[in-house]
Amino acid sequence: MTKLRVLVAKPGLDGHDRGAKVVARALRDSGVEVIYTGLHQTPEQIVEAAIQEDVDAIGMSCLSGAHMTLFKTVMDILKEKGIDDIVVTCGGIIPDEDVTKLKEMGIAAVFGPGTPLRDIVDFHRKIAGK
Amino acid sequence: MELVERLLRGDKRAAAKAISLLEDYDKKAADVLGAIYPHTGKAHIIGITGPTGTGKSTLVFALAKEFRKRDKKVGIIAIDPTSPYTGGALLGDRIRMGNLTLDEGVFIRSMGTRGHAGGTSRATADVIKVLDAMGMQKIFAETAGAGQSEVDIARIAHTSIVVEMPGLGDDIQAMKAGILEIGDIFVVNKADLDGVDSTLANLSLAVEREKPSGWKPKMLLTVATEDKGITDLADLIEEHYDFLKESGTLETEGVERAKEELRAALSQHLFLRVLERPELIGEFNNLVQMIAKKEMDPHSAAEKLLGLAGIA
Ligand code: B12
Ligand SMILES: Nc1nc2c(ncn2[C@@H]2O[C@H](COP(=O)(O)OP(=O)(O)OP(=O)(O)O)[C@@H](O)[C@H]2O)c(=O)[nH]1
Ligand SMILES: [Mg+2]
Repeated sequence: MTKLRVLVAKPGLDGHDRGAKVVARALRDSGVEVIYTGLHQTPEQIVEAAIQEDVDAIGMSCLSGAHMTLFKTVMDILKEKGIDDIVVTCGGIIPDEDVTKLKEMGIAAVFGPGTPLRDIVDFHRKIAGK
Repeated sequence: MELVERLLRGDKRAAAKAISLLEDYDKKAADVLGAIYPHTGKAHIIGITGPTGTGKSTLVFALAKEFRKRDKKVGIIAIDPTSPYTGGALLGDRIRMGNLTLDEGVFIRSMGTRGHAGGTSRATADVIKVLDAMGMQKIFAETAGAGQSEVDIARIAHTSIVVEMPGLGDDIQAMKAGILEIGDIFVVNKADLDGVDSTLANLSLAVEREKPSGWKPKMLLTVATEDKGITDLADLIEEHYDFLKESGTLETEGVERAKEELRAALSQHLFLRVLERPELIGEFNNLVQMIAKKEMDPHSAAEKLLGLAGIA
C-alpha cells in the first residue's frame, strides 16, 4: 500500500504560519502523511527535505509578497536536479496576475485566501492517483 | 538493482526511494533488503525515546551536530504517531533539525507509525538498514512520545536513551515498569527548568539496576537548546558502544536481534501468504463473523486459514 506524502513548507522570512498549519492539519485528517518543516526554510532546504522524505508533493505557503522569487528558486532547483516526479502547489497572498506566471513555472495549483480546505485536500489526494 | 547500487554509493535520492518501497511494503521491498543486507551491520544504532515534548528532537539535532564534529556520518529517523482513525500523520520532528538538512553527511527521514503499536513502525528496522548500507555511522531513531509500552526501540537499537524532563515526576512513577527498564542512558533534558532534583531522585531507582549485560545505566543532565551537556552525552554514547563491543554483548545481542527479525518476518510472510489469496479473504471475513459470535476461537480460525493456504 502506498501512502501519499506531502511536504508543507514556509520559504523565506515570512512568519505567517497559520495557513500552512491549517492546510497541514486538513491534509493529515484526510489520511495524508504530512511533513512540516517549520518556518524560515531556504529553497535549497525545501528541495533537499523533499528528496530525503521522498514526498509526492511540495506545498509552499507565502503571505509576505516574496513568493515570485522564492517559489521560482524552488522550481529552478528541482529542474536543475532533474526532479520531475514531485507535484508543487502553493497558497497565501498571491495576486491574480502572478497566478498564471507561477503556473508557467510549473506550479500545479495556487490556492488563495478563503479557499475551502475541501478543495485543497481533494486536489492533493488526486496526485499520483493515491 | 540500479537503485541499490546508487544508495550504496550514498545517493540520498536513491536511499529515499528505497525507504519508501520498504515502508509501503512494495513488491520490490524484499529485493532491496536482500541486496543491501550484506552491506549492513556497520552502524551504531541509538534509540531516543521518552514522553512527548521532553526535547527528543532538539537533543537529536544537538547530538547530530556533535557527531558531525567528530567526523561521523549521521542518519536520523524520526517517528511520529499515525492517526488510527484517518491513517494520516503530522510529522513535525524536522522543525527542530532544519539546519542539518543541507549537510552532506546527514540524512533525515520522518515516518508515521502506520498502525504499529510500540512507538516504532513496522518498517523501522528495515529503514535503519538502508541508512546503515548507505554509510551512516551513527543512526538515531527518535520514537513517538513513549508511554508504557514503547519499548520496541530497545530491540532495534544498540544504545537506548530515555529522555525525561523536570516536572514529569508522576509520569516517571507510572512508567517504571515500561521504558525505565530499557534505558542504557537516562537524560534529564531541560535542566534549566525547576524540579531537576526530584526528577533525578525518581530516576535514581532506574539507574541502580544493572542490565543483564553488566552495564550500569547512567544519568545525565542536558539543556539541548543551549548545547549544554551534549559533549558529555556523546562521550557516554561512545562509552556504551565500546562496552558493548568489548564485553561481547554487541555480538550476542546481534544474534538475539536476528532471532527477533526472523520471527517478525515469518509472521508477516505467513500473514501475507494467507491474505494475498483472494479466495481466502472471503473465508477470513466469515471466520471474523464466527469469532465475533463466539462460534469459533481465533486460534482455531487461524489454523483453519493456514490449512486452507496449504501451510498447516
Ligand atoms: C493573521 C495575520 C498576521 C498574524 C500572523 C499569525 C500567524 N502566526 O500566522 C500576525 C499578527 C503575526 C501578522 C504579522 C504581520 N503581518 Co500579517 N496578516 C494576517 C492576516 C490578517 C490573516 C492571515 C491568516 O492567518 N489567514 C488565515 C489563513 C488560514 O489563511 P491563509 O494563510 O491565506 O491560507 C489559506 C490560503 O491562502 C491557502 N494556503 C495558504 N498556505 C498554503 C499552502 C499550501 C501548500 C496550500 C495548498 C494552500 C495554502 O489555504 C488556506 C486556507 O484557505 C493577513 C490578511 C489576510 N486577510 O490574509 C495579514 C497579512 C498577510 N499581513 C501582512 C503584513 C504586512 C504583516 C506584517 C509585516 C505587519 C507588520 N508590519 O508588522 C507582519 C509580518 C509578520 C512576519 N513575521 O512575517 C500583509 C501582507 C502584505 C503583502 N503580502 O503584501 C497582510 C496581507 C495584511 C494586509 N492586507 O496588509 N499578520
Ligand atoms: N527550556 C528548555 N526547552 C527545551 C530544551 N530542549 C528542548 N526544549 C523545547 O521543548 C519543546 C519540545 O522540544 P522537541 O525537541 O520538539 O521535543 P520532542 O520530545 O521531540 O517532542 P515530540 O517529538 O513531540 O515528542 C521545544 O519548544 C523545544 O525548544 C531545553 O533543554 N530547555
Ligand atoms: Mg520530536
